[in-house]
Amino acid sequence: MSADKEIKFSDDAYALVQKIIKRYPEGKQKSALIPVLHVAQAEFNGWLSAPVMDYVASLLNITSIEVYEVASFYTMFNLKPVGKCVIEVCRTGPCWLMGAEDLVKYLEKKLDIKEGQTTADGMFTLKTAECLASCGTAPMMQIGEKYHENLTLNKVDQILDECRATVIEPISHWSKKEIKA
Amino acid sequence: MPKVTIDGHSIEVPEGTTILQAARMIGGDIVPPAMCYYSKLKTSGGYCRTCIVKVTKGSEKDPRPMPKPVASCRTTVMDGMEVQNTTAPDLLDARKGVVEFLLINHPLDCPICDQAGECHLQDLSYQHGLAKSRYEFKRREFEKIDIGDKIKLHMTRCILCYRCVKVADQVCDSRVHGVINRGDVAEISTYIEKALDSDFSGNVIDVCPVGALTDRTFRFKSRVWFTKPVDAHRNCTKCCGKTVLWMSGDDVLRVSARKDKYGEVEDWICNECRFEKKSASDWTIEGPRHIDRTSVISANHYEKKKALKIDVSNQSKIEERAHNPK
Amino acid sequence: MGRKLLTENINVPGIQSLSVYRQQGGYETLKKALGMTSDAIVEEVKKSGLRGRGGAGFPTGMKWSFLAKPEGVPRHLVCNADESEPGTFKDRYMMERIPHLLIEGMAIGSFALGAHSSYIYIRGEMMYVFHILQRAIDEAYEAGLLGKNIMGSGYDFDLYVHCGAGAYICGEETALIESLEGKRGNPRIKPPFPAIKGLWERPTVVNNVESIMAVVPIIKMGGDEYAKIGIGKSTGTKLISACGHINKPGVYEIELGVPVEEFIYSDEYCGGIRNGKELKAVVAGGSSVPVLPKDLILKLANGEPRLMSYESLSEGGFATGTMLGSGGFIVMDEDTSIVKNLWTFTRFYHHESCGQCSPCREGTGWMEKLLHKILDGHGTLSDVDLLWEIQSKIEGKTICPLGDAAAWPVASAIRHFRHEFEEYVKNPQNIKKDHHYYRVNNISPEFA
Repeated sequence: MSADKEIKFSDDAYALVQKIIKRYPEGKQKSALIPVLHVAQAEFNGWLSAPVMDYVASLLNITSIEVYEVASFYTMFNLKPVGKCVIEVCRTGPCWLMGAEDLVKYLEKKLDIKEGQTTADGMFTLKTAECLASCGTAPMMQIGEKYHENLTLNKVDQILDECRATVIEPISHWSKKEIKA
Repeated sequence: MPKVTIDGHSIEVPEGTTILQAARMIGGDIVPPAMCYYSKLKTSGGYCRTCIVKVTKGSEKDPRPMPKPVASCRTTVMDGMEVQNTTAPDLLDARKGVVEFLLINHPLDCPICDQAGECHLQDLSYQHGLAKSRYEFKRREFEKIDIGDKIKLHMTRCILCYRCVKVADQVCDSRVHGVINRGDVAEISTYIEKALDSDFSGNVIDVCPVGALTDRTFRFKSRVWFTKPVDAHRNCTKCCGKTVLWMSGDDVLRVSARKDKYGEVEDWICNECRFEKKSASDWTIEGPRHIDRTSVISANHYEKKKALKIDVSNQSKIEERAHNPK
Repeated sequence: MGRKLLTENINVPGIQSLSVYRQQGGYETLKKALGMTSDAIVEEVKKSGLRGRGGAGFPTGMKWSFLAKPEGVPRHLVCNADESEPGTFKDRYMMERIPHLLIEGMAIGSFALGAHSSYIYIRGEMMYVFHILQRAIDEAYEAGLLGKNIMGSGYDFDLYVHCGAGAYICGEETALIESLEGKRGNPRIKPPFPAIKGLWERPTVVNNVESIMAVVPIIKMGGDEYAKIGIGKSTGTKLISACGHINKPGVYEIELGVPVEEFIYSDEYCGGIRNGKELKAVVAGGSSVPVLPKDLILKLANGEPRLMSYESLSEGGFATGTMLGSGGFIVMDEDTSIVKNLWTFTRFYHHESCGQCSPCREGTGWMEKLLHKILDGHGTLSDVDLLWEIQSKIEGKTICPLGDAAAWPVASAIRHFRHEFEEYVKNPQNIKKDHHYYRVNNISPEFA
């Protein structure tokens, strides 16, 4: 995002934000912070820059530090730019028992990046996640909103190909499609 | 009024009094140490866990003991409650554990830390710590940051007591710093470079129990125990104007608020008094400041110079033991 | 076959939709409840003996009766759908497949508590389930099952879904409330309890998804009838999330009291250990509860069979027992490295510690580093002792139960599998690469 471009929600996203704020009692609009940050992340390239967070603060009439404190606490908020597809591989016990460690190594080799990095073409960011409540269908990974379960290496290959072929709706757990709906 | 017994000392206290406050009313050795609790800051306490005590009897009505040690700073007294602090070896062992946790990532850079001599973590580790660290891994490190031209933040030394955050919320007119990230990488930060520029922001230095927030105008000027603290005041339009000047000869090296024996300020002071009035002529000096605190700085009781007395009989006993070890 | 109260209709095609849900008798119980007094509903839940299904097992009816009801102050029911306990996936399974059961339960519960607006706090990663719930709520509003004067009863009730953003700690009820207020998920120091001062300082009850869903069959059949199911104080049915090295991982609704052996080996449930291997150990109630070796999970110390119930699983205390917890049943076969599995759990707690209180903030990371050292073959016997000491210094010293949750797995692994730690220490040359972790299915030779 260029620095001079004004940070502003699209009309759809702005309308959604107003709808979200109304879910909480008058004066308790700070409660909308986490859902609104999800919308912001979907709107602004999958990550939250300081100006974006300041913008959210102004919409909710709270201070910027209140937003920084919250955004940096929760793992789903990216405070640095990410690739178009963020791959999150579950690594906790139950998935580890079913081969999650192999999966991470395989993805690292295949994408030629280490965990936490983004591919040179900006397509993939590889992350590990703690238990995603999919232990019965382990190993698994999440890309955007979608859970990919009972993974095998063949399946992983297929999923990566699909990601490359389709222009994945950005990056965020909250897809643009849902903002429009 | 509810009656509480702490280590065998009973006291009647007003409704709503915490165990820690009750212990402070009794006074003496039974007062639990506190690193994050600060009586002048609302909702402070509960985080560091150094003030834990053992409740052996919940109350007259419900005499059952509490199953776990409780934070004395956040637990209110019930009538008939019985509490053990220094008399419970298992509790002291648990507190030792807490102190060890507070120290594993602490840099132990006291020789170059401005807080040395008045640091609560230093005192705590002398009283409750192990002589040797069992932590062998790389300690957590952060960059030193200037938050404004007057305050230095050494996050590496921070124990996350949240006091400075509460000062900004409750004493200053705005807050630009807070706790970001989480777990053991949580840090006090402004996130993007910002100065703490409220008129009362300097109070974060006084409430900091360690050397994480220090006064840049005093930085490396002197070890605190080489300075002479005097009570002083001036007519200030912003604050009470009652301070302590830390002097060397006629030079005012540092200005701080007046603190009680628990290291808590008596009254907040403004940044003008703290940072701008560094000449003795700015102040009316009242006299030597009595430091009523178990710490290195109170060793400097120059206001009543005592003759150095050496107990020769004791000395010979020590030598005797050294020569005839059992 | 045990009785199915929550999953009875789970496989009915289209049960996600309001129309199919209603065809199966959905929302009839809400109608019944709206004809009862709120006290009568609370009484039925008390009689049912339902215990909190999120992990702590506190009686739900009693929790409801503690709710303060000061004049003129709104109160709230909050559903804890922040399911994050490793090994647990029942709530996600249920919300995804039968969202209206949760909505019906929320309406009944809120009516009983006199709450006019309630929230479902769902973990952020389950965003797709969030949208399923939101669509179901929209449907319910359109049908007059939510909103003003629901089902013509005169009772106004609004229901909202709120999403988190990735923090295990928000499953702790006061951290959840903080998060719902738009803050960091730092647990509050209690008292005051949420029943007195919860969400926005208002009286609040926080209940797990399964507890709220269970209210529907309880009101439908009556508390007494519900209490007949199960064994002793473990009444009713419980959803067990079964995973690990079993033939049939998945969510099973059991009548409490099924023998553990039957649960693991019968075809009705887990279907035995996969690949013909032997059972080694089980974590029976989500990663926080003590791990038990085969002999102790199948049988009590006195040789009697251990049952899937709150009491039987905790029989023997932590010396020989464990806990039912959230019902996350993690099965490990003979090839599993207990030490390495423990390391993944400890890494989890280290990652998820909020950082508020010192024992948890500092201790969880220290334990993870020590375990890593041992796994790397650089450990000493005194490291194992130190690990034991650290967990004991965390347990019971923290603001919230995350400290205990981090300590118990370490304590139990050392208690029951100390020899395995010693093997890592004494014979590091024997640490085989493939003993360390499991291979993903059909792995290509390049990675094997």
